[in-house]
Amino acid sequence: MNKIVLELKVKNHPGVMSHVCGLFARRAYNMEGILCLPMNDNIHSKIWLLVNEEERLNQVIKQTNKLEDVVEIEHHTKMDEHVFFKLGDLFEVS
Amino acid sequence: MNTEDRKTGRLQYKGAEIIVKLLERHGITRVSGIPGGASLPIYDALQTSSIEHVLTRHEQGAGFIAQGMARVTGVPGVCLACSGPGATNLVTAVADAHLDSIPLIAITGQVTTNLIGTDAFQETDTYGVMLPITKHNWLVRSAEELLDVIPEAFRIATSGRPGPVSIDVPKDVQQQMVEFDKWPDLGYADPLPQPHADDIEKMCEMLAQASHPLLMIGGGITHSGCAQDLVKFAEQHNIPTVASFMGLGCMPSTHPLFLGMLGMHGARYTNMVLEECDLLIGAGVRFDDRATGKVSQFCPQASVIHIDIDESEIGKIKAPSLAIKADVGATIRECMKKISPMKRQDWYDRVAYLKQHFGLDFSQSHTLFQPYKLLQTLADLTDKQTHVVTDVGQHQMWTSQVFPFQRDRQWISSGGLGTMGFGLPAAIGAALAEPDRMALCISGDGSIMMNIQELATAVEHNLNIKIIIMNNHNLGLVRQQQSLFYGARHHAVKNNSSTNFVALAKAMGAQGYDLAEGDDPMQILKQVLNEEGPCVLNVTISENEMVFPMVAPGASNSEMILEYA
Repeated sequence: MNKIVLELKVKNHPGVMSHVCGLFARRAYNMEGILCLPMNDNIHSKIWLLVNEEERLNQVIKQTNKLEDVVEIEHHTKMDEHVFFKLGDLFEVS
Repeated sequence: MNTEDRKTGRLQYKGAEIIVKLLERHGITRVSGIPGGASLPIYDALQTSSIEHVLTRHEQGAGFIAQGMARVTGVPGVCLACSGPGATNLVTAVADAHLDSIPLIAITGQVTTNLIGTDAFQETDTYGVMLPITKHNWLVRSAEELLDVIPEAFRIATSGRPGPVSIDVPKDVQQQMVEFDKWPDLGYADPLPQPHADDIEKMCEMLAQASHPLLMIGGGITHSGCAQDLVKFAEQHNIPTVASFMGLGCMPSTHPLFLGMLGMHGARYTNMVLEECDLLIGAGVRFDDRATGKVSQFCPQASVIHIDIDESEIGKIKAPSLAIKADVGATIRECMKKISPMKRQDWYDRVAYLKQHFGLDFSQSHTLFQPYKLLQTLADLTDKQTHVVTDVGQHQMWTSQVFPFQRDRQWISSGGLGTMGFGLPAAIGAALAEPDRMALCISGDGSIMMNIQELATAVEHNLNIKIIIMNNHNLGLVRQQQSLFYGARHHAVKNNSSTNFVALAKAMGAQGYDLAEGDDPMQILKQVLNEEGPCVLNVTISENEMVFPMVAPGASNSEMILEYA
């Protein structure tokens, strides 16, 4: 199955990760990988989600968009996948 | 204490006072709840407030009372609970509000910030618990944050598709003093999304081409406040109209174009019309499985126009030919401007024929001890001012089938979550919010016991609530499923204790009657409705009564079970 990366710009405060992860869990949509870093402005963070490109992807994106703390979502092509694979090498995930 | 600093002119308030003052400023006049250790500063601040506090007997009651107020007015209901068990007791009412899109603000006390995470006394991760059942929720970390959070709570609860929010406030945050220059702006609903002109054009085009159009209306009509426009729209284009459970009342049930509730317990003709329509306009609906039956066989011949304010509902269940992500009221009004009326006499005649020949079967219901007759008589004895509140079960389905609702917000019932125990506290909320209207609470012997303690709350406030208990000494709807789908192997459904509800009502300070206690049940029914204050009526019905038609869960709406063979 194709994997794609969702790049979320979110408000940086405790709980935002719970909201995002909780939504994916509740809607039974599997997350393959997750990365989170604060942005330079200190009030936002970026979350990258590696997910399977299932038929329900569009629905789960719409639900994610409804979260108050999610500012915007970018939908990346396969090219961006390798950020996760490079990390895999770094962490010696085999 | 809530003062203005004389030298600097700055405002000085504690967190708890900020909560109460901001509730006041948002127009809240009444909250329901139960105090506890971690919410005492809020209660201390409430003492000097204009806000009335309704003390309930269980926090779930507080949640549903707040919901009842919100459901009849559209204004967010506010409920309060303590940390730990207080907060977890609110959960069912919050989840219920989430599924029925009811604006609710749940404020909970939390253990002090330094104790969070230590498994302190009455500590629960309320933030984590509320997270999946609210539109948004907060754990407030400083009193200053409350100046943003409270207005945001009102904005989010009422914006777009309404819903619940929860605010968890540690006790030290409630006690913390802060200084600020001025009160924040109030939180109002965001501007409503308007339909695009080309979508309206497309909708008008599809409508003009359709020969058998059908309107399916839902709770979105109530939330949009466009029930009257909806009726005009249907009349202008002569479109027969079915309602989801949540859409009942938006079109008067006596209207010639109204075809009742569709789906699992819809009348035969209602579900038959679905089979024949060539255009379905879903207006403020979410295509719930109880309404659609097996989705792949739902309205098999129809193109679908889906109008909803919540984008994530569009295409979630049913892929529409035209999706309009906008306020349904604005969409209907725009459409009416753009298209000339149509008659469609053939379709109208066909629907009238189906309605006449495939309606609900009342032929077996002759006495007041039978559900249809009882409900129809109650409807005759009350008027459209009455709030009709139900619990969950057979009594609820019978009411949704036959009660002649005349206005939106007349029908108050737990749809999405289907919460037994909803009825009595929701009726209390309705009666508190609009004391001039009688709250008629239709319940069952199973449901009423799930929040019976709130009868004490109703008595304390001497509310105009009449509780009709359809008592079949069973969990009737479960029993019905066991009868139909589990070889009549009835198990764990019989209430063997046979509670005397008349004596129970009297013990709690309410009036109590049994419909069978004299020679003239009609007289007793009238007497119950004319009593002042809360009154309970026990009506013994047969355990063999069932709700028909019934579509089996997962089956197509065209496969209706009509009787128990």
